[in-house]
Amino acid sequence: MLEIRNLHAKAGEKLILRGVNLKVGAGEVHAIMGPNGSGKSTLAQVIAGRDLYEVTEGEILYEGRNLLELSPEERAREGIFLAFQYPVEIPGVSNLYFLRTALNAIRKHRGLEELDVMDFMELVRERVKLLGMNEALLERPVNEGFSGGEKKRNEILQMAVLEPRLAILDETDSGLDIDALKAVAAGINAMRSPERAMIVVTHYQRLLEYVEPDFVHVMADGRIVRSGDKELARELERQGYAWLEEEAALAQENRS
Amino acid sequence: MNTAVTGTATGQESWLALFAERERELANECPWWVHGLRRTALARFAEIGFPTTKIEEWRYTNLAPLTRTVFTAARRPTGHEQLPETWLDGLDAIVVRTVNGYPISGLGQRGLAIRSLRQAWQEQPELVQNHLARYASFDRHAFVALNTAFCEDGLLVEIAPGAVLDKPVLLLHHLTPGGETVASHPRVLVLAGANSQANIVEAWLGPDSAVYLRNSVTELVTGEGAVLEYVRLEMEGDQAYHFGAFHARQGRSSTLAVHTILLGGNLVRSEVGVVLDGEGASATLNGLYVGKGRQHMDNYTTLDHARPHATSLELYKGILDGHSEAVFHGRIIVRPEAQKTDAIQRNKNLLLSRDAVINTKPQLEIYADDVRCTHGATVGQVDADAVFYLRSRGIGHQEARRLLTLAFAQEITDRVQPPALREHLAEELLKRLDDPVGVTP
Repeated sequence: MLEIRNLHAKAGEKLILRGVNLKVGAGEVHAIMGPNGSGKSTLAQVIAGRDLYEVTEGEILYEGRNLLELSPEERAREGIFLAFQYPVEIPGVSNLYFLRTALNAIRKHRGLEELDVMDFMELVRERVKLLGMNEALLERPVNEGFSGGEKKRNEILQMAVLEPRLAILDETDSGLDIDALKAVAAGINAMRSPERAMIVVTHYQRLLEYVEPDFVHVMADGRIVRSGDKELARELERQGYAWLEEEAALAQENRS
Repeated sequence: MNTAVTGTATGQESWLALFAERERELANECPWWVHGLRRTALARFAEIGFPTTKIEEWRYTNLAPLTRTVFTAARRPTGHEQLPETWLDGLDAIVVRTVNGYPISGLGQRGLAIRSLRQAWQEQPELVQNHLARYASFDRHAFVALNTAFCEDGLLVEIAPGAVLDKPVLLLHHLTPGGETVASHPRVLVLAGANSQANIVEAWLGPDSAVYLRNSVTELVTGEGAVLEYVRLEMEGDQAYHFGAFHARQGRSSTLAVHTILLGGNLVRSEVGVVLDGEGASATLNGLYVGKGRQHMDNYTTLDHARPHATSLELYKGILDGHSEAVFHGRIIVRPEAQKTDAIQRNKNLLLSRDAVINTKPQLEIYADDVRCTHGATVGQVDADAVFYLRSRGIGHQEARRLLTLAFAQEITDRVQPPALREHLAEELLKRLDDPVGVTP
């Protein structure tokens, strides 16, 4: 479904991704872990099409197509979804209106009929229930005045409504209390399917106790430095990321 | 078009000549004091002339093109004018129209009387004399002086004490240039009795592609405990000069909300002055100015706290595209007697293009010590993070910008009364911003 080859990307003059290689197949859940500043979030944003980053080398293939040629909205319409680490507050736009506009833009692109308010409400109510979300949040402006947990749940709600083929969850677990974490994990698990792939970006192993990954990758210094199964996540939890920094320092010495 | 362009002095002189030419007609059939008022106003105009950018209140608005233009008087309507229909005609409201400043309809219903000023100063000279030109001072103001000097007619709106109007009153000012460069000076006087409640919408509509001057003055008095919602909707043609002055005096415990929406015109100056002249009065001034192309929109507001325990809340928002320019100059005066004043002023601007310009200036003059006055201004672009967020959900780039721009405006439009106006205003705004003239390359 997704193939990333030798991806290099920079923000301004600063090179952040230094040759990422990753293959994600349908139905798979990949966890990407790593210390702060390792490039995890940048990778997530580059896949979604954020223009703050410039791809200088390498490519991303999505279902055989060159993803980098598509605008962010085209990627979303083709089934890519990014749950933001910091969901944006949009005063003046109601959550419902936003969701319906987004869903209809995607449906239109796929040649489906746009949903009217009644049908849409039915769909949203069902998904809200699934996530144990407060329905009152639907009428409020997007993320405005939401607690951290409400914002993250709102991201998962959007994923549940938009039904992407590839979902990237960028630190969706950070800042959540245990109840919110369980609710978010339940939402993610409910979305797992043989047709859908997920990339779970996280700093801690905590979320992975509830969402079991098929593959775990460790990023450091803009590259994936190790890959394995869920055992790797446990190992990281025990050892922390210090060993990576030592390795990186060694690599630095070898380069110079 | 017979626009004669001459020097500044000649521009001013042309107004004096126009007055002399029309004086006999003007003096006809009106009480002596009305004509006396006109002559005083004209004399004042002759003395002070048009303001220049050297005067602080006009620093960012260059009137040179206007002062060089020679205008003729807009004609008295014959009653056969073809008036354009707009969505405003579809509002469920009590509608009164003027054409070129002359009322073409008047009406009365329980608790509400709307007459032509000309009729009113014949029938009840004392009533009119007690109020006309008492709130909109022409002493230091060329445009109010000109309006007063050329005040031939207008509207008197009276809301009876205790009356609660069940429908909004819509005052529609039309203008028919008839191929000439005309000036029209609409005049409105609103007297809202004690404990009355009303919603008034005053709108200015004019044709595109015609240079004309609309110089409008509205005066409003709210009696004790009155509750008024007043919407000022400027939708002039694209070549118009629009000067709109609104001056209100508030009685004790009265509530006034003035919503000023500037959409059309080429050079626009809107002045809103409210004197909180009763204890416990409360005033809300909302404003929204939407500029594109080479539009210039100047907002000058004055909140004069004259009595204690009064509150004022002011929020003006601007959306500027293309090479448009706007000014927000908000003055708050707190008189020595006005203890416990609570005044909040905010000005927020959204620049949609790199070439748009906003000048914002708060001016606080506080002579009492136990008060709370705050002010703040912001200028920003469409939030790139928000645009990306919307796009990442499948919403197109243009649509995302439209959504965010509309959301910015909604803080104002959602407060406008009656609610039936809101959706139309949003559409009007988008229509104007989507128009190719407003798009920056």
